[in-house]
Amino acid sequence: MSDKVIYVMYDDDGALKDGAKKLVAKGVKINEVFSPFPIHGIDPIIGVKNTRLGIMSFLYGLTGLTLATIGMRYFMVVDWPMNIGGKPNFTYLDNILAFIPISFEFTVLCAAHGMAITYLLRNKTLPGMPAQNPDPRTTDDKFVMEIRLSENHSISEDEIDSLLKETGYLELDKKEVK
Amino acid sequence: MQKEAVIREPLILGHKTYHDITEDVCRPIEDKAPKMWYILFGIALIIGLYGVGSICYLLGTGIGVWGLNKTIGWAWDITNFVWWVGIGHAGTLISAVLLLFRQKWRMAINRSAEAMTIFAVFMAGLFPLIHMGRLWVGYWVLPIPNQFGSLWVNFNSPLLWDVFAISTYLSVSLVFWYIGLIPDFATIRDRAKKPLSKKMYSILAFGWSGRAKHWNRFELVSLVLAGLATPLVFSVHSIVSFDFATSVIPGWHTTIFPPYFVAGAVFSGFAMVQTLLLIMRKAMGLEAYIHTKHVEYMNIVIMVTGSIVGTAYITELFISWYSGVEYEAYAFINRATGPYWWAYWSMMTCNVISPQLMWFKPLRRSLLFTFFISIVVNIGMWFERYVIIVTSIHRDYLPAAWSMHYPSHIDIAVYVGTIGLFFVFFLLFARFFPVLALNEVKTILKGSGQSYKESPDYHEHH
Repeated sequence: MSDKVIYVMYDDDGALKDGAKKLVAKGVKINEVFSPFPIHGIDPIIGVKNTRLGIMSFLYGLTGLTLATIGMRYFMVVDWPMNIGGKPNFTYLDNILAFIPISFEFTVLCAAHGMAITYLLRNKTLPGMPAQNPDPRTTDDKFVMEIRLSENHSISEDEIDSLLKETGYLELDKKEVK
Repeated sequence: MQKEAVIREPLILGHKTYHDITEDVCRPIEDKAPKMWYILFGIALIIGLYGVGSICYLLGTGIGVWGLNKTIGWAWDITNFVWWVGIGHAGTLISAVLLLFRQKWRMAINRSAEAMTIFAVFMAGLFPLIHMGRLWVGYWVLPIPNQFGSLWVNFNSPLLWDVFAISTYLSVSLVFWYIGLIPDFATIRDRAKKPLSKKMYSILAFGWSGRAKHWNRFELVSLVLAGLATPLVFSVHSIVSFDFATSVIPGWHTTIFPPYFVAGAVFSGFAMVQTLLLIMRKAMGLEAYIHTKHVEYMNIVIMVTGSIVGTAYITELFISWYSGVEYEAYAFINRATGPYWWAYWSMMTCNVISPQLMWFKPLRRSLLFTFFISIVVNIGMWFERYVIIVTSIHRDYLPAAWSMHYPSHIDIAVYVGTIGLFFVFFLLFARFFPVLALNEVKTILKGSGQSYKESPDYHEHH
């Protein structure tokens, strides 16, 4: 199905945010916003849900803690208990104080790297990926709003155009996509 | 947009626009490198290569080429290791702890401070590896299944904790740094004209888009990584201090070591940040972003951590007497009045007296004075580690075994070589990477930029 995409460019983050507020109040669905830096407060306006990567990080951390505990118990208590200066090594609990630093470090290691890898995969940002922004200026000082006609059945293209005019944009570009 | 009191000094001077920020940071990367860069790079490379050559000689011959002896089994190697790790702590403190405290001034300096962290930890990691003598069996520190009777590494040993601490610290700092770099690489990618640099920065930018959803994730990932890196900063140098504190050597066996080492690490790290940034801001024309206020903030951190370090020195001196343990007391009397008195008093002068000068506002706002003090602190913190390590072991329980440590030329060459290598990395970073988190700085332009703060309608909407 062919679709028409409208790219509206602003030269100020505040102008885009105010424009987005007006459009959304009139029932226009904004598909995406591209900006050189995070525009604070834009997410609830255009309906971007908060990410759940924090929960993932917690789960990766728990995995790390579990692995470290299982590993150290196996190495130090089960497989080859060493008698180091007579310090107790017969159960994990006897020796737990010595295991705290590595348990902590391994938890952080897994939480940080697990989350970072998930972040890159979810964003589809990986080495060698082509640039995904519609205009090279959106990584400098321009802010672009993307509106798809297929997501706005209740409102006509002309109506959107006239609403956009009121927001004081810099440039407007329309593209047919498949 | 977040507004702040007008009396607060602006963080971005002059009348900058978003585009100006991009221009100011990207221009040094896109232009030809100045002649001075090639000169400095050449000097650093020669020193670095001399260090690499000395390391090769060391590995080929054995660590006997160092000035160690039967009594003094640890000297410059571990001193340099702790010195470099300590320097590394400032970067993560700036980017993680100051992020949690929402300190906006961090944004101008976090990128280069983190780069400094990573390169410093590279240099630090070199010393434990080469001090094994047989570098090629370095992987034995990892718990890998093996055929030596399934012999495992000792998880009770602080030295093994250190392996985990340093490798976690290095890799997490690297990831934190790179995730912040991706949007800035995208800016350079979208500006690049030459095909080769376009290609290179496209690969580095990972196809970054700047979508609202991606920024939402970016901010959370930065926050969580900062939350994870904050305890990491404190744990890494605590664990480094355990290398000494869990032993029973008088002078090392002290519970004050972890907080004392962490404060000392931040102290020396900020000094190195000052040394590097004061030159970099000038050479790259970034005076509008890294200015006197930033330097003053960093000097306050130096003053606070320097005072903690000074308190720790005096506390451990007092406790050595108050404990009533004569060996402990002797270790400290020997430090101050024995054959290494000059090292002890250099350390005291550089680390206890010099940061106290920062109480005076004209001094802590003087760039020249700051630069001088930052060098003094770097020297003082090297002596601190040397004093702790060498003076505690050079006179042990048996006077027949008492000895002195004289560095061999390989000792010196390896140490100076790491300084050369560090600057090779840092100069390459300054040449090819965005040295300022330019897109993050744009977020504070309207709140903390001079032209916005001076405009009449700054405080209208409240």
